[in-house]
Amino acid sequence: MSTTPSYWHLFRNGIFGENPVFRLALSLCPAVAVTSGLKNGFLMGIAVLFVQTMANVTTSLLRKFIHPKVRIPSYMFIIATWVTVTDLGMAAYARDVYAQMGLYIKLIVAFAIILSRSELFASKNKVTPSFFDGLGMGVGFLLALVIIGFFRELLGKGSLWGYPIIDTKPLLIMILPAGGFFAMGILMGFFNWIDIKFFGGKGASGAGGSHG
Amino acid sequence: MEFTKLFELIIAASLINNFVFAKYLGLCIFFGVTKKMDTAIGMSLTFTSVMVISAGLNWIIYEFIMKPLGLGFLEIVIFIGVVAGFVQAADTIMKKVSPGLYYRLGIYLALITTNCIILAVPLENVSSGYNFIESLFFGLGSGIGFSLAMIIMASIREKLELADVPKSFQGLPISFVITGLIALAFLGFSGLITL
Repeated sequence: MSTTPSYWHLFRNGIFGENPVFRLALSLCPAVAVTSGLKNGFLMGIAVLFVQTMANVTTSLLRKFIHPKVRIPSYMFIIATWVTVTDLGMAAYARDVYAQMGLYIKLIVAFAIILSRSELFASKNKVTPSFFDGLGMGVGFLLALVIIGFFRELLGKGSLWGYPIIDTKPLLIMILPAGGFFAMGILMGFFNWIDIKFFGGKGASGAGGSHG
Repeated sequence: MEFTKLFELIIAASLINNFVFAKYLGLCIFFGVTKKMDTAIGMSLTFTSVMVISAGLNWIIYEFIMKPLGLGFLEIVIFIGVVAGFVQAADTIMKKVSPGLYYRLGIYLALITTNCIILAVPLENVSSGYNFIESLFFGLGSGIGFSLAMIIMASIREKLELADVPKSFQGLPISFVITGLIALAFLGFSGLITL
């Protein structure tokens, strides 16, 4: 980054321009795994938001001390440390949720999105821009999870955040693993459709080819 | 008795609790490399072997180093370190010993460290309290399940090349819908074995 974009721009980029889930198609596993309900999706999003921001800040603070040759392992350890903090924090204060998604909280460490932001952004920028970049990416991720969780819980259980909304028999399939894939595919298709319809389809996320 | 248990473990890990279709792990790799059959097969082989070895390695480290020292809370940091170190070592050794294999599978090795599925195996082993042999078999079963998923997906995607998919669904969205359909089919395996 030769020019310094405004903090608002960095923040917005994570939400719309490069939304981790719908646009970059990174870190898909948790996006499907924990979104069977709105609450789980929201809490997972918060956890990722926290880890992403803190990892970005730490990487940025340490960027002058980390030798380029060992940078990837160093980033992994920074991320793993913050994930451990989150993991233990959640285990202590949100036991019921932790019982359901403890494994996925631990696996935040392997999210490509966090590592890729450390590598692409935080390692080259000062602390404040890195903080806002992490915040934007985290919020973008949180939004994506909330949207998917919203639809899956509404259709699959007829409720939102545990409170019943619809009275009729729900579509059980939406909270099963298969429904997660369907919801994800249809939402992605919908985002692409909007993109093609209103923005000329410049950055359709259909290309795939991501990992993590 | 012991043998039946191990067999059940493999069936459970590969079919019933398939990492991709029931636990949604490894999706990024799953969607990334299943465009071509031979990459999918190469990836399957690499993954299965790394999973078995990392299951064994991490079990030894957990049981003999972390447990006596009371370092259980550091499991994430240590496991990811062990996997990263092991993959790096495998990379270097393969380059020296078997360059042919390295050029075919080396690129996949680099992708492995940041993959959730590799890390999930030791974490599951610890939380389920498997012994050494069971850990190895759990790793093997998970690897077989993941390979199966990738090979099924790769063959469907080869057919998909000829299909007329709506523009907004091309690429990832349609792959997700297909995965959903396969996941439905895999749902049929649930209840096959009760562990």
